[in-house]
Amino acid sequence: MPDFDDQAKPKLTDTELHVGPEFAVAERDVAEIVSGEIEAGASLWRDAWRRLLRNRLALIGIVIVLVIALACLIGPTVIEKATGHPYDFIPREASLTKAFPPFRSAGGQFSWQHPMGTDTAGRDVLARVLSGGQISLMVALIATVVSLVIGVTYGATAGYVGGRIDDLMMRIVDVLYSLPYVIIVIVLLALLPAKTPVGQMTELFIALGAVSWLTMARIVRGQVMSLKNQDFILAARATGVSTPRIIFRHLIPNALGPVIVYATLTIPTVMLSEAFLSFLGLGIRPPRVSWGSLAAEGAQNLAVYPWQMIFPGLTMALMLFCLNFVGDGLRDALDPQTRKQ
Amino acid sequence: MPTKMLRFIVRRIIIIVPMLFVVVSLTWALVRLAPGNFYSGEKKIAPAVEANLREKYGMDKPWYIQYGRVLRNIARFDFGTSLKYEGQSVNQILRRALPVSAALGFASYLLALVVGITFGTLAALKQNSWLDSLSMVIAMLGISIPNFVLGPLLVLLFSLTLYWFPPALWNGLASKNIVLPAITLSAIYIAYIARLTRAGMLEVMRSDYIRTARAKGLSEWQVVTRHALRGGLLPVVSFSGPALAFLITGTVVVEKVFALPGLGNYFINACFNRDEPLIIGIVAFIAVSVLVFNLLVDISYAIIDPRIKY
Repeated sequence: MPDFDDQAKPKLTDTELHVGPEFAVAERDVAEIVSGEIEAGASLWRDAWRRLLRNRLALIGIVIVLVIALACLIGPTVIEKATGHPYDFIPREASLTKAFPPFRSAGGQFSWQHPMGTDTAGRDVLARVLSGGQISLMVALIATVVSLVIGVTYGATAGYVGGRIDDLMMRIVDVLYSLPYVIIVIVLLALLPAKTPVGQMTELFIALGAVSWLTMARIVRGQVMSLKNQDFILAARATGVSTPRIIFRHLIPNALGPVIVYATLTIPTVMLSEAFLSFLGLGIRPPRVSWGSLAAEGAQNLAVYPWQMIFPGLTMALMLFCLNFVGDGLRDALDPQTRKQ
Repeated sequence: MPTKMLRFIVRRIIIIVPMLFVVVSLTWALVRLAPGNFYSGEKKIAPAVEANLREKYGMDKPWYIQYGRVLRNIARFDFGTSLKYEGQSVNQILRRALPVSAALGFASYLLALVVGITFGTLAALKQNSWLDSLSMVIAMLGISIPNFVLGPLLVLLFSLTLYWFPPALWNGLASKNIVLPAITLSAIYIAYIARLTRAGMLEVMRSDYIRTARAKGLSEWQVVTRHALRGGLLPVVSFSGPALAFLITGTVVVEKVFALPGLGNYFINACFNRDEPLIIGIVAFIAVSVLVFNLLVDISYAIIDPRIKY
């Protein structure tokens, strides 16, 4: 549920994320260095990588995410090559009132033809889940990038410029936080149905990206505020580096840890929002499918053909579950201060 | 109440007005600028009939007069007549739909508070035990399973297989019908509240005043319920504000899954039908409730935590 994570208030996200000004050396790190688990003097990224490798849940999560993503990426092509039919192929012998359960053929005996069964039009559910995954993943990734670009630019500018402009910019964010904008997005998408599939997706990217940059802006601002008074920025300014260059070349790279963590956590949130909108019939529309629209379709035939809802729904839940674990794992790895005490 | 806080509250109440204005204007502009209108549906209407209908609903006037009327209506909290549901005022529809959504939201949030706080507290007290891991995995599941997947799954299990609860429709707060929708809607709050409670309690349990309470010889139960929970639940309180926004989006889906006649269902249908007065009425109502609720949360936050200054 669009669970629009970023509707959370600053107090909440701050306690959740503990955006620290720097990656301080925690007691545990000292212990790790002493015991030889982590080399003293290793870079932040190398440390983080080692911590991530030791976090088994996060590792399993990464593997599953990659497997599902790969399957969605090449699966539809493989299936098309193997069977000669695209994901929305409706077989001639299919009847509109009968769908095959998983692993069953027309005669009712065991068959590998449709591992997830077929939908009411006789289309293979596996092929549809995989190509739906393509769209869900793409929407989630691009919308996250949109929110990343807006949030980082906005937050870094506010944090670096400071003063009145910062006050104003952050007041705007506060105001946007308390608007029920999911409601506005619903109105927007219901009233302006795009004509082309590309237009539809562009609408989704913009709608989802535009509403999920707020928390990112706050995080980046906090980071930049604590970085900007440090000596290396002063040195850069003294040598005459321009403000945009200081922001993009010096401040943002140093604030990257929390940004990566939050971006990873934004992906599942956005994916969920896309599915929520598609479930309501506002996002991806036929003939294209996404996990949300597949689940919506399946929910209508729940009593008779439950697998049409279960497979897309559970695939999506598994993906979200793993993405959340990866995000948590990255947070633990990149920001040792907030590691589970 | 200190004057500073009073000033803060007054300022927050005043800011509600321009924000409501922005939301309503934005919605109205969207409804107006989008191609097509209520009368451009599948059913063709004779031009004369359409002209008469437009006159009846005041839609033949220039746009600024109509816009002015919308604003006036909202100032009086009277949103006019629905185009789709003939002869019914938007206020009547709101009165009918609101109790359904409110009851559902209330039941879900209550369930989420009880279950979430219990799990979160237990996880924090038995940190790093199997109970802790289990609670946190369940919480992660709650965040990861979309409610439009959870709802149908619950229906499949409890309605279509076990026949325990009805699969859909509304029968009032005190009926079996509310059980499945409430569980579906509360899953994600249970997850969030459990995680927030755990984090808050872990921080509080290490603080000095808890050590003092223990040193006074209080039993562990008293330490937790009297002292720790008060501080540890602050994040949960501040979550209640965003939670209402979550709840509203959540009810849209849950009401659709369970075919409940609530606000969310009316709202989606109004959007698809382009029922302008109903869309604007519901948006304005939701905006006001979210803004007021956020204000209440901030005030209660200050009352619970004396350290907060405005």
